[in-house]
Amino acid sequence: MNVSAKAHPPLMSARDLSVRRGERLLFQAIGFSLNPGDVLLLRGPNGAGKSTLLLTLAGIVRAESGSVTRADAVGLHLLTYQHGLKARLTVRENLAFWQALYGGPGLGLEAALERVGIASLAGLETGYLSSGQTRRLSLARLLVSHRPLWLLDEPSATLDAAGEALLGALIDEHRLEGGAAVIATHHDLPLANPSGQSTLTLGGKP
Amino acid sequence: MTAFWTLIARELRLAFRAGGEALVLVLFFIMVGAIVPFAIGPDRPQLMRLAPGIVWIAAFLAMLLGLDRMFRADEDDGALMLMRHAVLPLEAIVAAKLIAHWLVTAVPVLLALPILALLLSMEGPQLAMTALGMLVGTPALVGLGGIGAAVTVGLRRGGLVAPILILPLAIPVIIFGVGMADPMSGRGATLFLIALSLVVAVLSPFAAALALRASGE
Repeated sequence: MNVSAKAHPPLMSARDLSVRRGERLLFQAIGFSLNPGDVLLLRGPNGAGKSTLLLTLAGIVRAESGSVTRADAVGLHLLTYQHGLKARLTVRENLAFWQALYGGPGLGLEAALERVGIASLAGLETGYLSSGQTRRLSLARLLVSHRPLWLLDEPSATLDAAGEALLGALIDEHRLEGGAAVIATHHDLPLANPSGQSTLTLGGKP
Repeated sequence: MTAFWTLIARELRLAFRAGGEALVLVLFFIMVGAIVPFAIGPDRPQLMRLAPGIVWIAAFLAMLLGLDRMFRADEDDGALMLMRHAVLPLEAIVAAKLIAHWLVTAVPVLLALPILALLLSMEGPQLAMTALGMLVGTPALVGLGGIGAAVTVGLRRGGLVAPILILPLAIPVIIFGVGMADPMSGRGATLFLIALSLVVAVLSPFAAALALRASGE
């Protein structure tokens, strides 16, 4: 409780968090705090509760005990395998929809599509995209509305090598702009700056 | 506020691009109404007397048919989850979806009403009152349907459960809706239907949003 901690509250902090799914206690007594520039990597075997922890942080799954605190007006982006994109809308329409719903400020539509490398597909119906291209469109969603906190669930899944490099670069840029991210991943992401990076390993217990 | 209109526009665009879903509802509405004269016989005075009731039943059934599409697709692809962090509260998002759903289901049915009126030999004043009643009453049906769809969004076979769930709640709407077309009923039925519709329209976004939040947990 020192003065500087009060002046700059962390973007997000979790205290003594435990979550139960059905009869099973997935994890308990998890705590961390995220400051601008931080990256928290969630590791653990399948079923350890990485995705559930992300949903808990996003306020979608209720924690059994403990609390998640977000600083005032700190918005977040959630990226999971459920991309929320409509197959019958074009790439541009999908992106414009989420930009309107998540609000500004952020990159323009064309600039964001250019950045993730699918600018040439803007007029195509999203259903025709490959899963890697769909994932790139999901990443563009994070760019068109700036939100300081990114919760990413296996963001590199279905991405090719260039896509993984792009993902690492996007996360690095995001951190430089004062953002933070919680990332559940089995892969090592190519992040340029390892400082401020911490790992939380879940599971392993029966 | 732009997010609100964008959401409505997106719902309409999806409905029309999905391949004439509105047309299916309209055809179903006309079909149900058209089959009744065959079932009860071509007795014109009797048909005329029953016509408002038949129209309301047909409209109600057509509306139930489209109920499941309100939240199901967005739940399945995760859009509903992402909408939880939109600039709009979930209640406003549900309200926008209800408005869009009304535009996609109730308005086409209203437009098709004259065709059914012809088949049921309805006459001018009766048709006018039935149309007015449906204009006033369908928001209540959509609101109730939205609650049913939200409550059952987590169930795999929710499409069948939601209609059963909202059926008892919709009965007053049908009673007063049909009552409006009865020349003997006076203004009471109209006022009651308006009140019902307003209450449901105001409360249903909150109830449905609550159900959606609970289903995510």
